[in-house]
Amino acid sequence: MNDQTLTPEERVANLKGMGSSRKRVEDVRFTQGKGNYVDDIKMDGMLFGAFVRSPYAHARVVSVNKEAAMAIPGVVAVLTAEDLAPLGLHWMPTLAGDKQMVLADGKVLFQGQEVAYVVAENRYVAADAAELVEVDYEELPVLTDPFEALKSDVVLREDLAGQTEGAHGPRKHHNHIFTWEQGDKDATEAVLGEADVVAEEMVYYHRTHPCPLETCGCVASMDKVTGKLTLYGTFQAPHAIRTVVSLISGLAEHNIRVISPDIGGGFGNKVGAYAGYVCSVVASIVTGQPVKWVENRMENLMSTAFARDYWMQGKIAATKDGKITGLWCHTTADHGGFDACADPTKFPAGFMNICTGSYDIPTAYLAVDGVYTNKAPGGVAYRCSFRVTEAAYFIERMIEVLAIKLNMDAAELRRINFIRKDQFPYQSALGWEYDSGDYHTAWDKALKAVDYEGLRAEQAQRIEDFKAGKTRKLLGIGLTHFTEIVGAGPVKNCDILGLGMFDSCEIRIHPTGSAIARLGTISQGQGHATTFAQIIASEIGLPADDITLEEGDTDTAPYGLGTYGSRSTPVAGAATAMAARKIRAKAQMIAAYLLEVHDNDVEWDVDRFSVKGAPERFKTMKEIAFAAYNQAIPGLEPGLEAVSYYDPPNMTYPFGAYICVMEIDVDTGEWDVRQFYALDDCGTRINPMIIEGQVHGGVTEALAIAMGQEIAYDEMGNMKTATLMDFFLPTAWETPNYTTDHTVTPSPHHPIGAKGVGESPNVGGVPAFSNAVHDAFRPFGLVQSHMPHDHWRIWKIANGLGMHG
Amino acid sequence: MIPAGFEYHRPGDIASAIGILQEHGDEARVIAGGHSLIPMMKLRMAEMGHLVDLQAIEELKGIEVGSDTVTLGAMVTQQELITHDGLASAIPLIREAALQIADPQVRYVGTVGGNVANGDPGNDMPGLMQCLNATFELSGPDGRRSVAAREFYEAAYFTARDDEEILTRISIPVPGAGVGQAYEKQKRKIGDYATAAAAVMVGNGHASVAMTNLADTPVWSDSASNALADGDVSGCVAAMLEAIDPVADNRGPVEFKKHVAAVMLRRAIERAQSRAG
Ligand SMILES: Cc1cc2nc3c(=O)[nH]c(=O)nc-3n(C[C@H](O)[C@H](O)[C@H](O)COP(=O)(O)OP(=O)(O)OC[C@H]3O[C@@H](n4cnc5c(N)ncnc54)[C@H](O)[C@@H]3O)c2cc1C
Repeated sequence: MNDQTLTPEERVANLKGMGSSRKRVEDVRFTQGKGNYVDDIKMDGMLFGAFVRSPYAHARVVSVNKEAAMAIPGVVAVLTAEDLAPLGLHWMPTLAGDKQMVLADGKVLFQGQEVAYVVAENRYVAADAAELVEVDYEELPVLTDPFEALKSDVVLREDLAGQTEGAHGPRKHHNHIFTWEQGDKDATEAVLGEADVVAEEMVYYHRTHPCPLETCGCVASMDKVTGKLTLYGTFQAPHAIRTVVSLISGLAEHNIRVISPDIGGGFGNKVGAYAGYVCSVVASIVTGQPVKWVENRMENLMSTAFARDYWMQGKIAATKDGKITGLWCHTTADHGGFDACADPTKFPAGFMNICTGSYDIPTAYLAVDGVYTNKAPGGVAYRCSFRVTEAAYFIERMIEVLAIKLNMDAAELRRINFIRKDQFPYQSALGWEYDSGDYHTAWDKALKAVDYEGLRAEQAQRIEDFKAGKTRKLLGIGLTHFTEIVGAGPVKNCDILGLGMFDSCEIRIHPTGSAIARLGTISQGQGHATTFAQIIASEIGLPADDITLEEGDTDTAPYGLGTYGSRSTPVAGAATAMAARKIRAKAQMIAAYLLEVHDNDVEWDVDRFSVKGAPERFKTMKEIAFAAYNQAIPGLEPGLEAVSYYDPPNMTYPFGAYICVMEIDVDTGEWDVRQFYALDDCGTRINPMIIEGQVHGGVTEALAIAMGQEIAYDEMGNMKTATLMDFFLPTAWETPNYTTDHTVTPSPHHPIGAKGVGESPNVGGVPAFSNAVHDAFRPFGLVQSHMPHDHWRIWKIANGLGMHG
Repeated sequence: MIPAGFEYHRPGDIASAIGILQEHGDEARVIAGGHSLIPMMKLRMAEMGHLVDLQAIEELKGIEVGSDTVTLGAMVTQQELITHDGLASAIPLIREAALQIADPQVRYVGTVGGNVANGDPGNDMPGLMQCLNATFELSGPDGRRSVAAREFYEAAYFTARDDEEILTRISIPVPGAGVGQAYEKQKRKIGDYATAAAAVMVGNGHASVAMTNLADTPVWSDSASNALADGDVSGCVAAMLEAIDPVADNRGPVEFKKHVAAVMLRRAIERAQSRAG
C-alpha cells in the first residue's frame, strides 16, 4: 500500500480536510449551467400559478370577479380567500406567533398583497388571466410611518380588534404588536443621570430586502394514488416547512416530502412560509396535478420578506476619559401588515440584545416596540443572525457619536472599551455569555495593516486642502469592530414554532471506504458539500473527495432546522464532527480487533489507527471500513454509520475588525471605496478560500445596503423600488477590491472550535461603509445621517453643512 | 413579467415593414434591439397585437464615414458605435457617450435608431444627437422626409415620427478639426439612466450643449450654446439651468438634480475645452 511511504503531512494533505482551500465541488455543475433549481423542474401535466396582487396599500376588497379570467382557454381555477376558507387555509400562522392572510380576506394591508391565485395550463395563460380578474377595492387611509401608526385611529388589523394580549405580551394600541424589554431600566437610567457625558442619537437602519438572484418558488405535487405530497421549493428550512405544511394542511407528516433542490441564494428571504406555497399545495390537492409557482423579481421585492426597518433611539453614557458606563436603546420596529419576522419564538426582536457589541458595558437597557404599518411583512435576518446587523450598526454608530461628543479618536475609544481577552467567557449586561474573543489583538492588527496613523494624517491634509479650495473630495475612514451572535441555538431557549433549534448529521461509510453524509441544513451557495466533507475528512481520515454530501430531502436527511443565522457550521457542523467521532470510536474497536490488541492500545493517526508504540502496525480507515462490512466482529454490529443530533450548549460569537477608506465628491454625492480591509475571526477555519468568498460576497451586500439599496414607499404606500433599476444590486463594476485577513480564536464549546462566518461581512460591512461617510463629514459638523448613503443623500449632507457655497 | 400575446413579423425590407404598420395601424410597433420595448411589454405598459422586427432589414444597417457627414443606419448597435474606429476618429463624442449607456449586454443588442426613436427622456442618444445637430431620416407610406434632432422631440414618448413611419438613418455633420467634445454623465450604477448628463462641443467660435434626463425631452439650448461660444461658461450654465425642468424621482429631488446638472455641464465644458484645438 503506497500510503506507508507517505509522510504524515502528505497524508493530511491528501484528505483535503479542515484548513485546506479545497475547491468548491458544487461549482462544477453551477459553472456549466447544470444546476437544478426549482424553475428547472418539469413534470407531466404541470400547471402554473400566478397571483393577482393589490395595487393599494390599504383597501377593502369589495368583490372579486373571476368570470373574464375563467373564460380564457387553459385557465383551470381562480382561488380567492372564499375558496380557501372552508379548508381553514385563507390565513396561515407566521413564524412570529401572528397570522397572515394567504389571500386577501376582506381587505389588503400592503401593496402587492396576494388577492387571488390563478391556476392555468402554462405561465403565459396564467399571467393573461391574472390581468383579467376584476377586483373592486375601496381605499382606506394608509399608514407608512410606525410612529404615526402608534397614534392613529386607523385600525390596520381588524382581525385583532380588542385583543390586548399578543404572542409576546400586552399590546398598547391597536397597531402595536409587542414590547420586548431586556436589561435593567432603572439602573441604566441612573447611570445616564450621573454620567460625565451622555450622547444621544436616533439611528435608523432602513428597510431593505435580501433579493436573492433566484426568487422564491415551489412545485407542489399531490399524488392522489399514494396520498403523498411532494413539495419542491426554495426553502432554507425544508424540515420545518414539512412540519408547518402538515400542521396547517392536516396531511400526515409522513405523507409529505419536502425537497429543496439547488437554491440560488437565500439570505433569509427563503426562511418563511409564503402564500404561494399554500396556494400551490391547495391547487395540487384540488386538481391532482403538479402546480408550479415562481414569483418574478417585482413580486419578490414587493411581497416577500424584507429586512431591517428599525428606528433605534440610543443613549450612551461615559466618563470624561471615555470609559462607557451605560447603554440605553429604544427601538421602534416597523413590521408591516403582519408580524412575519423569522426569529426564535422567545425573541420577538431577535438577538437585538447583542447591541452592547464588543464593549464592556456594565449597565444596559433595551426595549423594542413592534408596530403594524401598511408595508409588506417580513423582518428577516438578511445575511445575519436575527437582528444582529441592526444591533451592530446601532452600537457602531453610537460609538462614533460618543467619540464626537468626547472629541476623541474613535479607534482609541473602541480600544479602551473592548472586552478584554481575560474576561471571556463574558457575561453581557443584556444577558449573553460571549464564548471567546481577543478583540485588542484583532484591532491592533487591523489598524497596523491599513496604517491608521498615516490615513489620519492624509485625512488632515485633505481637510486643509478642501478648506483651501484645492479639492472637492473628502476622505472618510470607516471603522468597525463587530461581535456577532450566531449558531442558534440551544434548545433550552431557541425554538421556531416549538421546534428546538438543534441540527443533525448522518454519516454512512461505504465498504470501499467512501461515504455519504446527510444534514438537516441546506446550502444556498455557502458550499456545504465542500466544507462539511472537509470536517468529516479530518475527523475520520477519509479524503473529502470521497465523501458525498446531501441535504434538502426530508425523506432522506435527518431532521434539522435549516440554514440561516450562520447556524450551519456552529450547529450542523458540530453534529457532523460528533457523528464522525462516533464512527471513529467504532472504527477504533474494529481496528483493535483486527490488530489483535486492546481498544485502548491503538491510537489515531491522521487516517488510521496504529498500535501504540508500534506505528508500523496499523489499519487505515479504508481497511477498517471494509472490515466493518465483511467480518463478524465479536460484540459489534456490522456496518459503519452514525447519526448525531447536536444541541449546542451556547451560541458562538464571531467577531472582526473592518476598515473602509472612502473618497466622497461633495458636489455630486458620488463615492468611491479606495480600500476595504476585513479581518474576521470565525474561530477554526475550515476552508480559507470559502471564507474569503463569503467575506467578498457579504461585504458587497453590505456595500449595497449602506450605499443605496432600499425598499422605499411613498406616502400612499406605493413601493418605489420594485425593480433592479432602482433597487441597488452592485455589479462587478461597483464592487471594490477587498483585503481579507484573520485571527483565530476558537470557540471553546464547539467540537471543532468553529464559529461561522457567512454573515459577518454583512454585519461588519454596513457600519464600516456608513461610518466612512460620517467620518468624512465629521470635521465639518456631521453627527448622524441616515442610510442609505446614495448620491443625493450624501449631497444633502454636504448641502446642509453649507459646502455648496 | 410576462408580456401579453402578440404576432411576430420579420420583414426583409423597409417597404414591407411599412406595409405591415399600415395594415395594423396603432396595433403594430416596430422592434429593434428590444431593450426599451421589451421591458415595457413585460410590465404590460406597452401592449400591441403585432411586433415588426427590423433585424432582417439590411438597408437599416451600416456606418458610413464621409468627410462632411457621418451616416448611421438605424439598426447599428451601440456596440458597433463603440468599436468603429473610423467613427471614433470622426466624432469621438459618440463612442464616449455610448460607453456610458447601460452595460455591455444591453449595448450588444440596443440600437442607435431605437435609442433615438424611443422618446424616453432617459435615453442618452437624443441629447447627444441634438448636440451634434443630427438629422433623422424617416420613411413612411408617403415617402421619405428628414427631421432635425433638435425638432424631433415633443414630450416623453412623443416625437415628430408618425406611427406608420420608420426611422431609417441618422446623418451627422462631422465637426471640424479643433472642436472639443465631451460627454459627462452621473448615474447611480452601471446600467442606470442619467441623474444628469451633458453633451458639449466647443471650438472654432462655435458651441453646442445639450442635456439628458432633466426634462420630458432632451434639452438643447440655443442661448446656452451661444454663451459658451462666447466663452461665457457661467452664462452657459445659467441658461441651461433655465431650460431644464427636472422632476423628483428615486435619483433625488429637483434641487439636487439641478445642482448635479450644473456640475455635469461644467465638467463637460472643461473637458471639451481642454480638447479643443
Ligand atoms: C438595463 C438597461 C439599462 C439601460 N440604460 C440605458 C442608458 O443608460 N442610456 C440609454 O440611452 N439607454 C439605456 N437603455 C436603453 C437601451 O439603450 C435601449 O436599447 C435603447 O433605448 C432602445 O434601443 P433598442 O434598439 O433596444 O429599441 P427597442 O426597444 O426595440 O425600441 C424602442 C422604441 O423605439 C421604437 N423603434 C425602434 N427602432 C425604431 C425605428 N428604426 N424606427 C421607428 N421606431 C423605432 C420601438 O417601436 C420602440 O417604441 C437601457 C436599457 C436597459 C435594459
